[in-house]
Amino acid sequence: MNIKRHFENDLKKFNTEILKMATLTEEAIYKSVESLKNRDLTLARGVIDDDHIIDEQELLIEEMAIDFLALQNPKARDLRFITTGMSINAELERIADLAVNISQRVLDLGNEPLIKPLIDIPKLTAVVRRMIKDVIDAFVNQDEQLARSVILSDPEADKLRNMIFDELVYEYMVKNGKCVPRAIPLLLITRHLERIADHVTNIAEDIIYMVKAEVVKHHPERLTDTSRPHKEHPE
Amino acid sequence: MDEKVRMEIKNMNFYYGTKQALCDINIQVYRNRVTAIIGPSGCGKSTLIRLLNRMNDLIPHARIEGEVLLDGHNIYGPDEDVVDVRRKIGMVFQKPNPFPKSIFENVAYGLRVNGIKDRQYIRRKVEKSIKDAALWGEVKDRLNDSALALSGGQQQRLCIARALAVEPEVLLMDEPASALDPTSTSKIEELIQELKKRYTIIIVTHNMQQAARISDYTAFLMLGQMVEYDLTPKIFTNPAKKVTEDYITGRFG
Amino acid sequence: MNKDITQKLGFICLSLCALITVFFLGTLIYFIVVRGAGAISWQFLTDVPRKFMTQGGVAPAIVGTFYLTLGSIMIALPLGLACAVYLCEYSPKSVVVNIIRISINNLAGVPSVVFGLFGMAVFVKFLGFGVSILSGCLTLAIMVLPSIISASQESLMAVPQSYREASLALGATQWYTIKKIVVPSALPGILTGVILSVGRVAGETAPILFTAGTFYMRGYPKSIFSEVMALPYHIYALMTEGAHPVAQTKIAYGCALILLILVLTVSTLAIFIRQKQRSMS
Repeated sequence: MNIKRHFENDLKKFNTEILKMATLTEEAIYKSVESLKNRDLTLARGVIDDDHIIDEQELLIEEMAIDFLALQNPKARDLRFITTGMSINAELERIADLAVNISQRVLDLGNEPLIKPLIDIPKLTAVVRRMIKDVIDAFVNQDEQLARSVILSDPEADKLRNMIFDELVYEYMVKNGKCVPRAIPLLLITRHLERIADHVTNIAEDIIYMVKAEVVKHHPERLTDTSRPHKEHPE
Repeated sequence: MDEKVRMEIKNMNFYYGTKQALCDINIQVYRNRVTAIIGPSGCGKSTLIRLLNRMNDLIPHARIEGEVLLDGHNIYGPDEDVVDVRRKIGMVFQKPNPFPKSIFENVAYGLRVNGIKDRQYIRRKVEKSIKDAALWGEVKDRLNDSALALSGGQQQRLCIARALAVEPEVLLMDEPASALDPTSTSKIEELIQELKKRYTIIIVTHNMQQAARISDYTAFLMLGQMVEYDLTPKIFTNPAKKVTEDYITGRFG
Repeated sequence: MNKDITQKLGFICLSLCALITVFFLGTLIYFIVVRGAGAISWQFLTDVPRKFMTQGGVAPAIVGTFYLTLGSIMIALPLGLACAVYLCEYSPKSVVVNIIRISINNLAGVPSVVFGLFGMAVFVKFLGFGVSILSGCLTLAIMVLPSIISASQESLMAVPQSYREASLALGATQWYTIKKIVVPSALPGILTGVILSVGRVAGETAPILFTAGTFYMRGYPKSIFSEVMALPYHIYALMTEGAHPVAQTKIAYGCALILLILVLTVSTLAIFIRQKQRSMS
């Protein structure tokens, strides 16, 4: 006889709340990069003002997780789901903070003209946004393959960041000291975007652990090495 | 939370002879909630739950002070009929204790006790009670078999069905799963979650995890005193008293 | 080595003692069967005694034993059961109850002949029932009362407390609980006690000696105030009275065989019921 477990609803609710958190975070990133693209200071201010909503959502999820751990004493898959859920929650909050940082840099730039047209930063933005979209999909669908591909996208973000850094430093700051104040916000935005990619990578690693109980964190070789026998998970 | 009080234990003291077993207990039991009573062995939790349907009346030299209110009426009041009290407040015991009768007769017993003769009604009521106790599928083809032939877990669900048949207002459970294996235990726990939609349930358990899993409110008893009573999540994440924390974290003693 | 031998010797001693018991029963049955079988015939079982008990049958004695047994159990069972229920279910644990318990135990230790004297004084003389089935039944009933009470008590106490609690928790009164749950659950045990008592009643001589028995009757008892023949008493009479010792002895062994078969059958029935009860729980 299959028993319907009474905490199934709690797990569902936990899942929904994390998705809500992810959606809020994705929206914050979207708004912050849009505010840069369109030089929309109001939008940037909105991201900063709304951050408390995400902070509250983080606390809510944390409380749910702690209650669940304390009361239901989850095991195996349920345990991994809750603990990685907590970790993902924390990562999302950090990502949302970075979106706030990007918006702050947009405000720093104010209405001053940019030192150069935005070409590579939108490329980095695209990579980061694709990564975060994929990682949310991977979470929703418990898709460990998609999570692996997200992790494999991270070097792309690193490469773009290096390109942008080189260009900003050597093409502008070194050549013309006066543009340094306007170059630094762009430099920082680039760094923030790359950090977002790092956090997304962490989330992807968590998802792989959640689905497969396999630790790929700090073991990049395990990501591609498919010859290793994986633990069977017939679902 | 908007909670309705169903039962209230007020300033209760209980003595076995000169020995005080319970000391100034105050608990409000809320309607359609599961209230768990936990505590170390000998803390008085079984004594307490047995006071709630006056099972302790059977003990000689026992004395009770204070009140137990069911919907505002003191069940220890001078004109309360103990038989009536026990019909309104059902009880399930630690060890499954079906009568050595058929499955059907076990559940019908409570109805017959109450003078119901209508066979049609009894049959319907028995079926409904067994269904409510999530046992129907397993026994529907052998209602006339001896209840003693059932497994321990099934016997316990039969005892729950038997208690439900008389439509109690409150269901007391005294360690209902302590004699059962893990699978039967989880079935009973799921059943409790279902039953709380219609009944108010008070459960004594020595299994803290069980209290955590299934209850909405938890009372922690020690040495006959109620140390703490609060929402279950509060008790298990941030208890107000250090003794409670020591107990639930296993640092006790 | 030494210890080994001691152990073996001990074991041999014990099994010898056990075998001796079996040997006694065996020889007893053998002796009675050999001596009694010759007397048994259809006429012996169905006819009345004839020619000064040297011929004919012992049917009135069989019938009389049946009446006395049935009558005494019908009196002792309700009384004993009621007493046991009171002691087990109702009485608070007190000095009075202890006195009652001690009384019952002492009653069990009273020699049967004393019951006979008591029966004669009270039922036969004082109450004026005369030497009759009624007086005999009453005397025998008092004699087996203690064993019926203690057998009932034991069975009642063996009923799990949880049955009582379950019944009371459903709103049943104590009386309803006793009626519907406790006594029915204890019934097989009570029945075992009753059957063993039947064996005892059927075999007793002393209590009916002065209260019910007559050693010679041409017909069957007419009412409960009639005298009655009984197998054990008949044996006694055959061996001590009369003028034809040889013929009488033969009949006495026939009676003994019938009595033995009766008692053994009843005991076997008791064992059977007990076994069945054990396998149920």
